This record gives sequence, structure tokens and C-alpha cells, in this order.
Amino acid sequence: MAQIQLKNVSKNFDGESVIERLNITIKDGSFTVLVGPSGCGKTTTLRMIAGLEEQSEGEIWIGDHNVSDISPGKRDVAMVFQNYALYPTMSVRENIEFGLTNRKIPKVERKELVYEIAEIVGLTPYLSKKPQQLSGGQRQRVALARAMVKKPKVFLMDEPLSNLDAKLRQQMRMELIQLHKRLGTTFIYVTHDQVEAMSMGEDVILMNKGKVVQQAGPMELYNEPNSMFVSQFVGMPPMNVMSIEDLVTYSEDSWSFQQQGVSYIGFRPEKIKLLKAPSTSGFCLNCEIINRETLGAEIIYQLKSQIGNIQGKSYLTPMVNEKKVYVEVEYSDLYYFDKDGNRISSIIRTEMKSTLTAAGEKTS
Amino acid sequence: MKLLNYLLKGLNWVLLLTVILIFIFPFFWMITTAFKSFSETMMFPPKWIPDQWLWQNFVDAWQSGPFLHYYINSITVTVSILVLQFLTVIPASYAFARYRFKGDRFLFALIMITLMIPAQLIFLPVYLQMSSWGLIDSLASLIIPFASSAFGIFLIRQAFKQVPNELIEAARLDQASEWKIMWKIMVPYAKPTIITFALFSFITHWNDYFWPLVMTNSELSRTLPVGIARLRDIDSGASWNLVMAGNMLLVVPILVIFFLAQRHIIKAFVYTGVK
Repeated sequence: MAQIQLKNVSKNFDGESVIERLNITIKDGSFTVLVGPSGCGKTTTLRMIAGLEEQSEGEIWIGDHNVSDISPGKRDVAMVFQNYALYPTMSVRENIEFGLTNRKIPKVERKELVYEIAEIVGLTPYLSKKPQQLSGGQRQRVALARAMVKKPKVFLMDEPLSNLDAKLRQQMRMELIQLHKRLGTTFIYVTHDQVEAMSMGEDVILMNKGKVVQQAGPMELYNEPNSMFVSQFVGMPPMNVMSIEDLVTYSEDSWSFQQQGVSYIGFRPEKIKLLKAPSTSGFCLNCEIINRETLGAEIIYQLKSQIGNIQGKSYLTPMVNEKKVYVEVEYSDLYYFDKDGNRISSIIRTEMKSTLTAAGEKTS
Repeated sequence: MKLLNYLLKGLNWVLLLTVILIFIFPFFWMITTAFKSFSETMMFPPKWIPDQWLWQNFVDAWQSGPFLHYYINSITVTVSILVLQFLTVIPASYAFARYRFKGDRFLFALIMITLMIPAQLIFLPVYLQMSSWGLIDSLASLIIPFASSAFGIFLIRQAFKQVPNELIEAARLDQASEWKIMWKIMVPYAKPTIITFALFSFITHWNDYFWPLVMTNSELSRTLPVGIARLRDIDSGASWNLVMAGNMLLVVPILVIFFLAQRHIIKAFVYTGVK
């Protein structure tokens, strides 16, 4: 049980700064997900917490210990690697036992612990097998068991599910969530997959270019993104964002938003309505449907408007077959961003009075 | 078309058989000669198969010198060399494979350079060194110069480099000491390579003729190859049947060990790792 704090942590690789003055607090007992595009420094951050990578500057605290200069084995953390990193020459039992042996835990106790954990993850029949003889899912369980048996303060996981097929991944996701509930230990989970981050994380830390962009719960991240980056990283398909300058040509009052510092306007694909006639009650765009992805319960539309392509998503509604449609978005579903991509939340409920069409003709 | 195929296949067979014959013939010649009588070895045209298989040749060869001593010496020397090399080569390989330290490249280059120096070039200074330590004509002079092996360091370092980094990191997180990582993770992982190297080393030193010949001068401190070579001089003529019988005594242990380790040697060349 431990809260983890990174205080002004920086990391350079050969003089190139990868992470700059990172400050993160990870709540005790939380399931925290570090997510971001590749190269954003999430894995490096995790490895620094593990002690496998030394931070160039700053301090790392686990609980009330400064572990900045403590070797990985003594930090009381366990890690699950992307490729599992099982010791190939040892049996499943020896793999799980290895950490205990190194801590000089007596043999009888060791045996009990291994048996207990093997029961939990369902590996008992495989204890004397070698990792090569196991399937991907079973290897994953061995990796988990090896981490769990040490009863660490913190579990670190580096994309542990990325080597599994889609179905198994889904199942392991559920199992990990349940495991976290049962153990109540702090989990730090690294992934590049926003679906994984949203579905598993209680707290999601979204990183980009070595910095934390936003730290929040998944719903907050979705509903209240603090920047354009977050709004486009979270959600599938990403948020539609358009430049206000493109809109000015068509909408009389968009200049007033510009005055308030708005540079971009965005809305979620799932918030649109496809109408046959122009709407009078919301933000409206005249569009042409260029592609439909029929996924069953949902349909994703690729739409072309005068100000660029947008995406729309509809649930459990009949497919729209018309070529030309009007896209309507409620004013309350619009997001405003300044020129640096930061969210302007003060005008979130302001109405944009006129609607616009791709042809540039004003409708009222 | 079909005919051409058969022809090609036939040609393939003929070529392969030729190669096999080239490799097998010396062994065949050694084995049959070892059982021939003295007069049969001198016959022309040569007699391929002896009329009578003379086991007596082995007894004569064995009794012509202190062969039990040669055997014990050979075993002592090769086993000691293997043990010492195991203890020196593996930690050195681990360090060169996994640590970055000041001068690591230079030191490794230095070790590689020693690979290119033939023993005949340096035996004199080594001889003088051994002589100043009073070790000439002792088994120690046959062991100490080979206590480590540049070739071994090169080979095993390459194998250690293949070990995925995550394995070592996982072991560090499991609180394993460096010593333990080396013996429990690296060595088992590189086992096929280590066995292959041990075999190379064993054969080299078991068969080594030059070094024992130079370093020793009394019968009792000599090894098998030197002892067997002396069989040629017995009775002032070359009794090839006795020499070949002696060679059989030299080669048989190698063949036995090779067959035992064969599985690992093949593995060393096809081993790919984690998956």
C-alpha cells in the first residue's frame, strides 16, 4: 500500500531530454493508467518508478520512502513485462519462486505461497511445465503470479496485454480489474491503447512529449478534455476539430468567438445528428456522406463538408442512405479551444447563434 | 524432364557419398590398421580388412609405455583447464556482454588480439616464465597457460548478448544478485553455446601435442598425444599397427563425449531464444 510521487523528475538519454520536470501523484490503491502515443515517455516513467532506469533529476517516492537511489529489487515493486520475460530455463514453479528464494524466505513458506498463487491464477496443473510449453494467456498468468507472489506495494505493468489476441485481451482486462479489486494494491499500467486505458483505469494519466497533459478519471477525460490533444486522443473515432478561421467565412458570429480567444471548435462524432433538412436548434453543417462503416450496433460515417472532413457515429439507428445530409450538433456539445489547443471552458454553454452550411449560404 | 531429375538426384548422391568417404576413410584406415599384423601393414597393394583381428595390438601399445600415466595426466590437464576456463570465461563474458565500463572496448579488443597469436610464437616467453616459477615438467605448466580462453570469452559473450534485457531486469526486480543472475539466468540460457565451447576446448587440449612436448621432458608428466607419438619410434621402425591402436585409445573418449553432447551442439547453432 503506497502512494507514489514523482517530484520534478527529468530524464535525458544521451543529452536528449525525454521527460522534463514531471510531477505525478499516484493515489494509494488506485488503478492508474499511463497512456499516450508512442515515444511520450510513459514506459520510461514506469521504468524509473521500477528503478530500471535512473532519473536524471528529481525524486521518486513510494509511500514515505524516497526510493530515488534504491535498487529495483529493494523498492518493493513488481513488474509485468510486455513479453512477460519469463525465465525460459526454469519451470513455472521456479519462475514464481525465484523472487522468494532471493529474499531468503524459508522453503516451506515458499511452497505454500507458490501453491496459493497458482490456485488464484489457475496455474496449478502447469507448475512443472516450462514457459515454452504454455499458451500466451498462460504465460501472462505466470508473469502475473510471479509479480503477485512477492506481495509488492506496487504493481507495474508495461503493456502486458499487447501480445494477446483480441478476445483473450478482453478477458484478461476483466481479470486484471478483479485482481486489483481483490488485492487493493496500487497498480500502474502503461498502454498506448486508449480503449484499454479508459476501460481499466480509475485514474488515467495522459502523457505527450514527456509531459502530463491531463490526469483524470476516464469519464472526466472523455467529457471534459483540457486540450485538443486529449479530445482527439480519447474517444473512437476522435473528436472532430475545425479551425474557427474556416468558419468565419460562413458564420457571421464566429468572429465574436475569435474575440474571446477561440481558435478551434470541436465536437464528438457520437454527438451528431444526421438530418434531412437544416436544423434550427443547433450548430449545423451541410455535408456529403462519402463512406459508411457498418459495424453492426454502430455506424461510422465519413462526411465531407466545405471546411474539411468530419466523422460521425450513430448507435442503433437505421443507416442514413441519403448522399447529402445536414449534421447537427447541440450547442452544449461543442468544445472550444484556444490557439495553443487549450480548452476554453468559460464559454462552453454559449450558443453560436447562426448555423452554417457548407455552401456558405446562411440559414436561419 | 523426369530423366533429368533422376540424373540430378543420382549425381547428388554420388557427390554426397564422395564427401562422406573422404571423411570416413581416415577413421576406417585407423581402425583396420589397429587390428592388422605388422606384415599386413606393409603389404602392397594394401590390405583393406585384416585376416585376423589382433586385439593384442592394443595390449602391446598399452604396455609399451606408461599409458595409465598418460591417461591420468591427460584427464587431469583437460579437466583442470575446463574447470578454470569455466570460472574465468563466464564472468568475463558476462561483464563484456552486459556492462559498460571505462576501457571495456579496449580490453575486449586486447583479448581478441590474443586470438590471432599462434602458440608457437609465444611458447618461448611462456616457457621462460614457467621455468622461473620452477614449473617446467609439471602438469601445472600444461594447465596455467590455458586457464582462460579468448575464444571462449568471444563465443560466450555473443551468447550472453542474446539474452533479452527484460530477463535480467525481471531478475533484478526479483532481488537477484548479479552473481545469481549470471549463474541462474545467463548460464542456463547460453547452455548450448557453453557446452559447445567446452567441447572445442576439450578436444583442443586433449589432442594438444605441441605444448606438452615443449613443457615436459619426463615420461611421467607427459600426456597421451606425446606418448602415442613415441610409439612410432619403438623398435626403430614404424609399427603402424601399434601407433593406430594407440590413436584409438586417444580418440575413443572424444567420440564418446561427442555423441553424448551432440544434441546440445546442434542446439547451439539453431537456438533462437525466448519465444
